[in-house]
Amino acid sequence: MRLQLTEIRIAGFGGQGVILSAIVLGKAASIYQGAFATMTQNFGPEARGGACSAQLVLSDSPVLYPYITQPDILVVMSQEAYARFGPELKDGGIMIVEQDLVRVSDHKQEIQVYSVPATRIAEELGKRMVLNSVMVGFFTAVTLLLDADAVRKAVADSVPPSFRELNLKAFEKGLEYGATALTATPNTADPDLHVEYSRE
Amino acid sequence: MKADPRGVLTGTHFMDGDHACCEGALAAGSRFAAGYPITPSTEIVERFASRVPTVGGTFIQMEDELAASITLQGAVWGGAKAFTVTSGPGFSLMMEHIGYAAMTETPCVFVDVQRGGPSTGLPTLPAQADMMQARWGSHGDYEIIALCPNSPQECFDLTIKAFNLAEEFRVPVMFMMDEVVGHMTEKVVIPAADQIEVVPRRHTRKPVDEYLPYATNGDLVPEMAHAGEGYNFHVTGLTHDEHGYPNMTPQIQDKLVRRLQNKIRDAADRIALFEEEQLEGADVVVVSYGITSRVAQRAIEAARERGLRVGKLRLITAWPFPEKKIRELAANVKAFVVPELNLGQMVREVERAAAGQAKTFAVSHAGGGVHNPEDILKVIVEASRCQAA
Repeated sequence: MRLQLTEIRIAGFGGQGVILSAIVLGKAASIYQGAFATMTQNFGPEARGGACSAQLVLSDSPVLYPYITQPDILVVMSQEAYARFGPELKDGGIMIVEQDLVRVSDHKQEIQVYSVPATRIAEELGKRMVLNSVMVGFFTAVTLLLDADAVRKAVADSVPPSFRELNLKAFEKGLEYGATALTATPNTADPDLHVEYSRE
Repeated sequence: MKADPRGVLTGTHFMDGDHACCEGALAAGSRFAAGYPITPSTEIVERFASRVPTVGGTFIQMEDELAASITLQGAVWGGAKAFTVTSGPGFSLMMEHIGYAAMTETPCVFVDVQRGGPSTGLPTLPAQADMMQARWGSHGDYEIIALCPNSPQECFDLTIKAFNLAEEFRVPVMFMMDEVVGHMTEKVVIPAADQIEVVPRRHTRKPVDEYLPYATNGDLVPEMAHAGEGYNFHVTGLTHDEHGYPNMTPQIQDKLVRRLQNKIRDAADRIALFEEEQLEGADVVVVSYGITSRVAQRAIEAARERGLRVGKLRLITAWPFPEKKIRELAANVKAFVVPELNLGQMVREVERAAAGQAKTFAVSHAGGGVHNPEDILKVIVEASRCQAA
């Protein structure tokens, strides 16, 4: 599979598995798909609940510049991340949002928005913690950037053995949800779908 | 000698530079580290602290960097391969003991994951502004070796190299990472233990009564005693004779200090590692190291697309500085362009080695981020328009 230089930002708050999502996708590309991946993360006082962001550059040739300049794909899992990073998405880019946590407004750019209630799906599976695996599955389905099997392997070897099965289940759920989103409605960002989120 | 398989995490990993450095140390046979955690180097010792008990070794978190940098030397004299890890403010505190390691010829590795300075500076952001400190930070005349990785893979590979050079030359080796290389995550391939060459300690085989701790056999590097085998030795930071005893005469001072210098200088060509690309016929050569070499590559490629003849020289060994290489190139190129995350450090060496044969252009950056490749490109364009010196 050819992989053009693709810049990805994943952002949310600490504890959502933002960094782990980027690790899984980077691992899938560089270890299981023979491409190259460079992941950097914003270091700072980001503890659980604080803003958190990871940058991932994928390519089929070695990545030189380690940072993203203008992301092709933006994954946002919090309103704050959406507000902060939304404007930097490239024209023609893909935005993936956690639909219960992000209210999407109008964009200057011509972009494709895909929404997934990743947290809700994870909770239905029994553990909110696996929302990042749902997100990774959804990402895989709607971006068509990576082989699903490569990502599946990366999920399996990035999580603790005792949670492997649950994470793989979460990945498949996200993948299914994404496949449906992609065929049924190419752009799933329907404002009516969005539910106001309140933190307990 | 091949690596001890117990320390080698053979496989393909997606790992950051800090962790890769730790794995390199373990693969090289290091079983002791002392440190005082500091961003952005903490992950190295954090991992070492959790990994080393499984392979039989020790990590001690010390009260400060002074303690860390001398404790590791005690471990080395006890027989271990040892290192410490720090960043700018801690590196400054370690200077006294780097000089001690140079004077006592203690083979060890100091890892400095560079962040913005001076002082506390930018704890979580990159710089390459400790390059001169690595060379000249301690007082007196001495030589060290310094390596500059530009990827997590090199953090692994070159950490092994750092330990090997330390053993071969009995010298403290500075492992000059930067925050970006330390914190970036990429694929790291760790080979099987039998594919990893490890340099053992230069232990003496002389009988106990014939052994002189600082006598050399022509190659300027003395042999070490194996602690606990009955050898007598004395380790001091004072100027010492072949017995290791203090001797304050100008003659002994001259003999000792020149040897400390020459054991590295004479081997500079052998130690020098660099990556070169399209130097043949180049008008301009970009000299860079660490993370900046990757950013510069973008500018180099953009310049070539414009038809400019640009060569690349990436310093993997910063010290001893590969001055012979620069001097040779200087005779054939118009200019050198030296981007670095400081206000001009290694560029001085390039300028000195070029000795007026070619012009030298710095692309300085105070740190806190990496260069915009455009800024490097502009200087390459300017340099290629300049009149040959």
